[in-house]
Amino acid sequence: MTKYIIRRSLIAIPMLLAISLMTFAFINLAPGDPVDAMIDPEFFVGGAGDALRERMGLNKPIHVRYLIWLRELFSGNFGYSYQFGVPVLDMIGDRIIPTLELTIVSLIASTVIGTALGVVQALRQYSIFDYSLSVGALFGISIPAFFFALIALYIFVAILGWFPSHGMYSYAKDFEIVDHLHHLILPASVVMIESLAGNMRYMRTAMLEVMRSDYVRTAQAKGLSYMVVFGRHAFRNALLPLVTITTLRLPGLIGGSIIIEHMFAWPGMGQLGIRAVSDRDYTILMGLAVITAALVLFSNLLADMLYAVTDPRVRVEEQG
Amino acid sequence: MSTAEGLVEVLEEEATRRTRMSVWWRFRRHRLALFGFIVLGTFGLVAIFAPIVAVHDPFFVDLKNYKQGPSLSHILGTDEAGRDVWARLVFASRVSLLVGIVAAAISSGIGVLIGIVSGYAGKILDSILMRFTELIMTLPTFFVLIIASSLVGRSVWMIMLIIGLLGWPGKARLVRGQVLSLKEMDYVTAAKALGASAKRISWVHIFPGTVPYVVVSATLTVGGAILSEAGLSFLGLGVSFETPTWGNLMNSAQSLHVLQYEPWLWLPPGFAIGMTVLSVNFVGDGLRDALDPRTKID
Repeated sequence: MTKYIIRRSLIAIPMLLAISLMTFAFINLAPGDPVDAMIDPEFFVGGAGDALRERMGLNKPIHVRYLIWLRELFSGNFGYSYQFGVPVLDMIGDRIIPTLELTIVSLIASTVIGTALGVVQALRQYSIFDYSLSVGALFGISIPAFFFALIALYIFVAILGWFPSHGMYSYAKDFEIVDHLHHLILPASVVMIESLAGNMRYMRTAMLEVMRSDYVRTAQAKGLSYMVVFGRHAFRNALLPLVTITTLRLPGLIGGSIIIEHMFAWPGMGQLGIRAVSDRDYTILMGLAVITAALVLFSNLLADMLYAVTDPRVRVEEQG
Repeated sequence: MSTAEGLVEVLEEEATRRTRMSVWWRFRRHRLALFGFIVLGTFGLVAIFAPIVAVHDPFFVDLKNYKQGPSLSHILGTDEAGRDVWARLVFASRVSLLVGIVAAAISSGIGVLIGIVSGYAGKILDSILMRFTELIMTLPTFFVLIIASSLVGRSVWMIMLIIGLLGWPGKARLVRGQVLSLKEMDYVTAAKALGASAKRISWVHIFPGTVPYVVVSATLTVGGAILSEAGLSFLGLGVSFETPTWGNLMNSAQSLHVLQYEPWLWLPPGFAIGMTVLSVNFVGDGLRDALDPRTKID
């Protein structure tokens, strides 16, 4: 197991390098650069752009720029933002906590609620409750998250006025946990809808499958109580793969939260990314790409490990 | 042609006709799938006959009547430039549906090609292709979409291409898995013994076996692609503004004022997206059950 983890972590390094190379080439070969985004076309002075380019090193050949970027990456600051002149790692560092907070809260809530609803659905198969939740789950998967966000903003902010429309805290107030949670509820609920629906669908199927298996019938035949059969025999086994599924959802949640962060002015990485795209701020984009890719690789590894740990039948293959 | 050969041919035709019929029969029994099929058919007709259905010109600017609520002459009201929202919604269905279909076709094409080559060739080629697939899977998709569309250009075709180019890894793995099991089948060994080339075996004998899986997965991808385009355009980073797409129509709802006081601008396109993707998912589920002989249909 340890050997497996070490090998997988070592494979992650060339993967990350390849991703950074691809992203770098792609970003830099596309038309436009940070200087174009800085210069106001109405006050354009000939030559000013080129001077700026030279100062920022944008006139160097692309492979040299990539090597410079790599040097900055390994020196631990991820380069400097073209727009703000600040180390990219610091900028992302400020933004990663709000994003992780939003996604992890949604992840936990969607797992707990989704599991519970899915189990009840399976226990009451073909009831109205089961049927309406199944259809509801399909709606949850099909309707775009930003439309849910619009509806939530319309109902709970514009009409009812129950929640604030944006930000993490109220302005000009000291930090209060209640105030913060008040800001968190709406965006977190919207971010979690899709994975909630997914978990519910998964849990329903898994539970139904386990309940049909022989050992559950045996347990029932032995006369064990309902709670023991479903709680200890069926539920726990149906729950196993959910561990992996949940871990694998993390990258998707981070991607999905980009729009939601933007709509609720949640100061996370998504917002930073959207801003950096319009600024053509290459170093921030590179930093975000590498860090999100690292998060994806990490959650894949975590998923594999948890799978092996929770299910004794799975033994990690040696050739991996 | 001898009688025996003729008979075999007739029987084979009859057999294929029956399978085809039974897939359609099984599909029809799936009520939600049938519902989705009808909705998609209707939307498709609306998109094809957009100029007739729209009544108004979606590009006609009438500044005297801007931001009017729904009325008899403009059933869904007008937007900030006085353009008819219903007409724009109808014309937007053309773009949004097309993006979904073309992007799904691109990603399925690449997925099938890589999956079959990888699964059938095996060895080094297989490992190279699969590592590459994992690499693409690791890219944070929506983020890459945002970067790509704003850097490479925002024409409809570019957006389709980008969404398609990012969506194939799952399909490649699915097809590869199928190929790995199909290539151990006796009929493939028989074809090999008869001296069929690798190209012929993979495309004539193995590829057809993967088609049902590809069809289901491609159907579901149409929904995903429509959602991606809508998200991008909603952020103002997708298809350029003058082209009506469902996501573009909702873009104005980023302002709280529009959100609160002009819901006719953003509710209808939202429902259109939701209904379309929901129907696509219903149809995908129905196809999966209909194409898989193991699922019981009552």
